[in-house]
Amino acid sequence: MRNGVLLSVRDLHTWFEMRRWGFFHVGYVRAVDGVSFDLRRGECLAIVGESGCGKSTLIRTILALETPTKGEVVFENRLVSGIEPKHIKWYRSQVGYVQQDPFAALPPFMTIRQILDEPLRINGIPSKREREWRIKQALTEMKLTPVEDFLHKFPHMLSGGQQQRVVLARARILNPKLLIADEPVSMLDASVRVEVLQLLRRTQEELNLAAIYVTHDLSTVRHFSERIFVMYGAQVIEQATTNELLENPSHPYTRSLLDAIAEPDAENARQMRVVPAGDPPSLLRPPPGCRFFERCPNAMKGLCENEAPPDFVLSRFHRVKCWLYQDEKVLPVEETEEKEIS
Amino acid sequence: MNNLRRYVTQLMGYPTAVLGLLMIIALIGVAMYTVITIPYERAIDLWRGHEESWAENPRNAKPKWVNYFRDGQLPETLVMRTQDPQASRIEQDLEGIRLVTATLSFDYHYDDFPSEVILFFTSKAEEQRPFVATTWILPDGRRIETDAQALASQQRVYLGLDNRVKRALGQVPAEIGLFSDQSGQLLKGTYQVEIQGYLFEESSDFDAKLVVYGKVHGWAGTDHMRRDLMVALMWGAPLALAFGLLAALGSTIATFIISAIGAWYGGWVDALIQRITEINLILPVMPVLIMVGTLYSRSIWTMLGVVILLSIFGGGIKTYRSVFLQIKTAPYMDAARAYGASNMRLIFRYMIPRMIPVLIPSFITSIPSFVFLEASLALLGLGDPTLPTWGKLLQDAFSNGAIFKGHYYWILEPAVLLMITGLSFAMVGFALDRIFNPRLRGL
Ligand SMILES: Nc1ncnc2c1ncn2[C@@H]1O[C@H](COP(=O)(O)OP(=O)(O)O)[C@@H](O)[C@H]1O
Ligand code: SF4
Ligand SMILES: [Mg+2]
Repeated sequence: MRNGVLLSVRDLHTWFEMRRWGFFHVGYVRAVDGVSFDLRRGECLAIVGESGCGKSTLIRTILALETPTKGEVVFENRLVSGIEPKHIKWYRSQVGYVQQDPFAALPPFMTIRQILDEPLRINGIPSKREREWRIKQALTEMKLTPVEDFLHKFPHMLSGGQQQRVVLARARILNPKLLIADEPVSMLDASVRVEVLQLLRRTQEELNLAAIYVTHDLSTVRHFSERIFVMYGAQVIEQATTNELLENPSHPYTRSLLDAIAEPDAENARQMRVVPAGDPPSLLRPPPGCRFFERCPNAMKGLCENEAPPDFVLSRFHRVKCWLYQDEKVLPVEETEEKEIS
Repeated sequence: MNNLRRYVTQLMGYPTAVLGLLMIIALIGVAMYTVITIPYERAIDLWRGHEESWAENPRNAKPKWVNYFRDGQLPETLVMRTQDPQASRIEQDLEGIRLVTATLSFDYHYDDFPSEVILFFTSKAEEQRPFVATTWILPDGRRIETDAQALASQQRVYLGLDNRVKRALGQVPAEIGLFSDQSGQLLKGTYQVEIQGYLFEESSDFDAKLVVYGKVHGWAGTDHMRRDLMVALMWGAPLALAFGLLAALGSTIATFIISAIGAWYGGWVDALIQRITEINLILPVMPVLIMVGTLYSRSIWTMLGVVILLSIFGGGIKTYRSVFLQIKTAPYMDAARAYGASNMRLIFRYMIPRMIPVLIPSFITSIPSFVFLEASLALLGLGDPTLPTWGKLLQDAFSNGAIFKGHYYWILEPAVLLMITGLSFAMVGFALDRIFNPRLRGL
């Protein structure tokens, strides 16, 4: 095992086959189209990108909820992608999953106790006393106290913030090594977002969890993660450490994102807003060149629309998919990873 | 378990549901009582209508309760036998010939004429048959005599058809003439029938039974074949419930499984199921059933099978499928997969509990629709010929002109029972729907 690497994503492609009337092949929706990265133990990674760019599909593939069309997901040196569910049961207790809509994420016909009991039962904790203890422990940790008040409630009896804390408790209850959160606060009232994020952060720190955190909200990223991935059109178009990315955004798309945030008087100043007009590229028939070409203010005719830019390396952790940096080094993924680690 | 108790408490909050439940319980009670007291074979046998089983019933008699709604009392049927202790029997010996004089008497206090008068004889003889002559004695003392005749071992004497009686009464029908004074008014009082029998052999003997048929019978009335409608009304309950329940159960489970398979596997399996369903939905059920009924078999159990077969790809598939898809793609299913739930666990612990709220109300409300379907088939003459069902009663009533003849009870009784069945299940079903699917509550 390479030093400290927990999760390794290699050249991941997740395509959804489209069929007309369920019979005739139409094409593939390329929801994830070539993503590679390594995540170390305890490291926290944020993924930003506009809606529909493939963030959820990426993390669902990492969670082995989708089967990749190509590429692989390796967790602690063991392959977890494209494997029959019964052979990766061990993986299930290693990863916690927090979804976007807390109400939808909780089975409405189960009480909070049953909801938290399920992962414990499924992952073979036979002692009722231990399960009970862990349920109470997890609820206390998420500040759902007094615990007895919550155990018998159904999800619809709780507020959105409380529901999301139950989801958090459930994701954490198996003591995972990796926590994956898909826009965990975007459906919550602004007033409870900070609290939920703090709980998420605290859980992650206390247990030294690695985390992948998908968000719309660049303003919270700084407090949360060491690295940021910017996704566009099913690909990671820029990746860097948080500070580097916020101070030195290099891809034209990233820059426009940050400009949008900087705008002081805009209504959603802190929300992500894409400045250049136009639509994201079709994932069914992606353009042959750069996927941002149609909206790019810096586009170079003749080059950008014909050839897809590879990853150019700007500094140790900073990589950009953009022809503007073609003078920088181009490194195949494997090699750069090796370098980082050494 | 807790959920169940919760639902029951909620159900009790709907007065209509409570009423519906009580009605269903009553129906089930009647059905169980019927099946226990009149076994299946006996019911079929009775309904086939051997004259013997129903000989003492009047034809097309109204139910007893009509008497509560009218001024004059309609007569009930009176039966007198020579074996009864109150009948008198005097035997004389006339030089080797025995003369037996049996007198049957009865009080008649009703306010209307009876519908028919028949004397039933049974006799024993080796070679020479007994010879009887009958005299009808009215309360005012008038005597009307019948022909004398030799008796067969079983013999009916319709007083209305007897030549001497006809001559004595003129144009007036016997059931009126024999019960009226000379001015034609109904005569109340004690009537006597004197039967004189000549027995020529030592071992020879006879018995007589006089039946004065009334115009009301039992709590349900009778049909054109003297059958007591009560048998059909009672047996209609278990048959309707069994047919409705089995058809609803069979079709709900079948549709449920098919739609689940489609939604689970998706792709061409799902597409195929959807297309078959659409084609099947265009196929009208009734004509198919009529074809089966005319060409193959009219047995209620065959029909049941065909109804279930036709409903496998029924409209329910669309509803269930949409709910299944909703559940299948629900985030909590992904969450459960992510913490390692197996497919079996997903189905039994996560999908089925969510389906029950959709399944139960539609199951309950579909029961009466199948009951009505069976009644409609019977009404079209495609009912099971051997079984007394409510639909069969309606069909008998219509084909015998019940409406034109004013036999409203004949139509009303089965119709009301059908309506009660429909209403009770509908009331419970709608209440359940509201409880299980709270979004409807505001409507
Ligand atoms: N199961 C699926 N079948 C077909 N297309 C899908 C499926 N899931 C997602 N997609 C498509 O893949 C693309 C990426 O979706 P998603 O990963 O949900 O994006 P994000 O989370 O960034 O908003 C979208 O165009 C979406 O329509
Ligand atoms: S590659 Fe060209 S089109 Fe794409 S972002 Fe860079 S400059 Fe713009
Ligand atoms: Mg998403």
